[in-house]
Amino acid sequence: MTQYMFSVIHGDLDYTEDEFAQIVKDVDAFNTKYADITVFAGGLEAPQNATMVDGTGGTPVVTDGPFAETKEHLGGFWVLEIADLDAALKLAAEASKACALPLEVRPFQAEPPA
Amino acid sequence: MTDFDRTIEAIYREEFGRVVASLVRRFGDIDIAEDAASEALVVALERWPVDGIPPNPGGWLTTTAGNRAIDKIRREKVRHSKHEAADMIRDDSPHEPIGMVEDDQLRLIFTCCHPALAPEARVALTLRLLGGLTVSEIANAFLVQETTMAQRITRAKGKIKAAHIPFRIPDASDVTDRLGTVLAVIYLIFNEGYLTSSGEPIRADLTDEAIRLGRIVRQLLPHEPEVTGLLALMLLTDARREARVADGELVILTEQDRSRWDRALLAEGNALVREALAPGVPGPYVLLAAINALHTAAADPRDTPWERIASMYDHLHAISPTPIVALNRAVAIAEVDGPQVALAQVDELPLTGYHAWHATRADFMRRLGRSDDARIEYDAAIAATDNDAERRYLARRRAQLG
Repeated sequence: MTQYMFSVIHGDLDYTEDEFAQIVKDVDAFNTKYADITVFAGGLEAPQNATMVDGTGGTPVVTDGPFAETKEHLGGFWVLEIADLDAALKLAAEASKACALPLEVRPFQAEPPA
Repeated sequence: MTDFDRTIEAIYREEFGRVVASLVRRFGDIDIAEDAASEALVVALERWPVDGIPPNPGGWLTTTAGNRAIDKIRREKVRHSKHEAADMIRDDSPHEPIGMVEDDQLRLIFTCCHPALAPEARVALTLRLLGGLTVSEIANAFLVQETTMAQRITRAKGKIKAAHIPFRIPDASDVTDRLGTVLAVIYLIFNEGYLTSSGEPIRADLTDEAIRLGRIVRQLLPHEPEVTGLLALMLLTDARREARVADGELVILTEQDRSRWDRALLAEGNALVREALAPGVPGPYVLLAAINALHTAAADPRDTPWERIASMYDHLHAISPTPIVALNRAVAIAEVDGPQVALAQVDELPLTGYHAWHATRADFMRRLGRSDDARIEYDAAIAATDNDAERRYLARRRAQLG
């Protein structure tokens, strides 16, 4: 089993209330259906609510985020336990449909051998 | 290199895909499979001149490569004591009977052509692992630096491993058009050979390899009409290879010496077209093959059934509405409704800079007596192609303008 991260890629979103309610419903349904393989899932607050912390120097430097101003940003993600990429792509297609946004599918690194 | 070495290399090339595919199934690792297959060649070059060529060279190579792989894994196991390495050694499966080996090849083709890999990497991996071409041969075929091609292949193999792209024949529930991706890779290899972008008129090594891969896939999936259609298309195209270039100049279909067409390939292609058309609504490869069958059926180019060809292109355009299909359809329409109508259709296509678009427009303009316009288009077509045979043909046509 491999852990895959499905990153939800947001642009500027403009939903009607009904559309948004439908998305929430569909994402909930997906989460319930795949609860047993879900490691973590969640949506992120908007990038303007991010804070940068740089602790690499002497005193940690805290600045208003985000790390990079981009047109598209990470809106949320799932981490799921899946057998292989084909199975992951199948689930990703379902998840993308549910949240009405494209996803990036990326495997986590295997644990280094002890 | 001796003739005997060359014989061994030819056998090796022929068997390479089968050997690698079987090792990939057994060891679940492309690098291990590839390295072991290369080592088996070294052993064959040493032993076969002394012992003679074994009765089942593919089986011999697979067994030898398998043993080499196990030795290597044992050595690595001592170094890293990897769990997977231990698992691999426990699998002592013998050289499989033929059906199994074919499944292995199909699995590997689907992996090499996986949509999660970059398109150019799919082509390279397929030629490397199934075709047994060396990295330098593939780099030459696609006019890139050997180091670039090596990186491309290494990166793709890295992704297969890291993202866990499975070695599996996809099932019907797969979300993407996996078979279509495989066929696209094979057709791309064929076209790079037939319509080469390098100086040479035709790269037979690539067209032959594409046909060989097409035959393998057809053997494995005999009831997929598009698989049959693609093989038919390649055979009907390849049958005209000898007539397509004369004195270093490209000869267009209607001007070819039809006695130089390969009758055996045409017959095989035609039989496949009939078979592929039978099941019902034809897909794009079946339609392209059927169009080629119509072109090649006429003993005299004047008997070409242009109306039927134009109608086939209509069907093709309905399922695959690309500008290239529209361009080819216009060539048939020029014969049915005249170059004026065809030119109007072609003018709208977003194909500026594509050599065939300029060449087709030049031809229509020539037929309409618009010599000055045609000359400009011939120049654009000549500038847009690197194929010497095609440039000579276009230059002659340009010189003939009134």
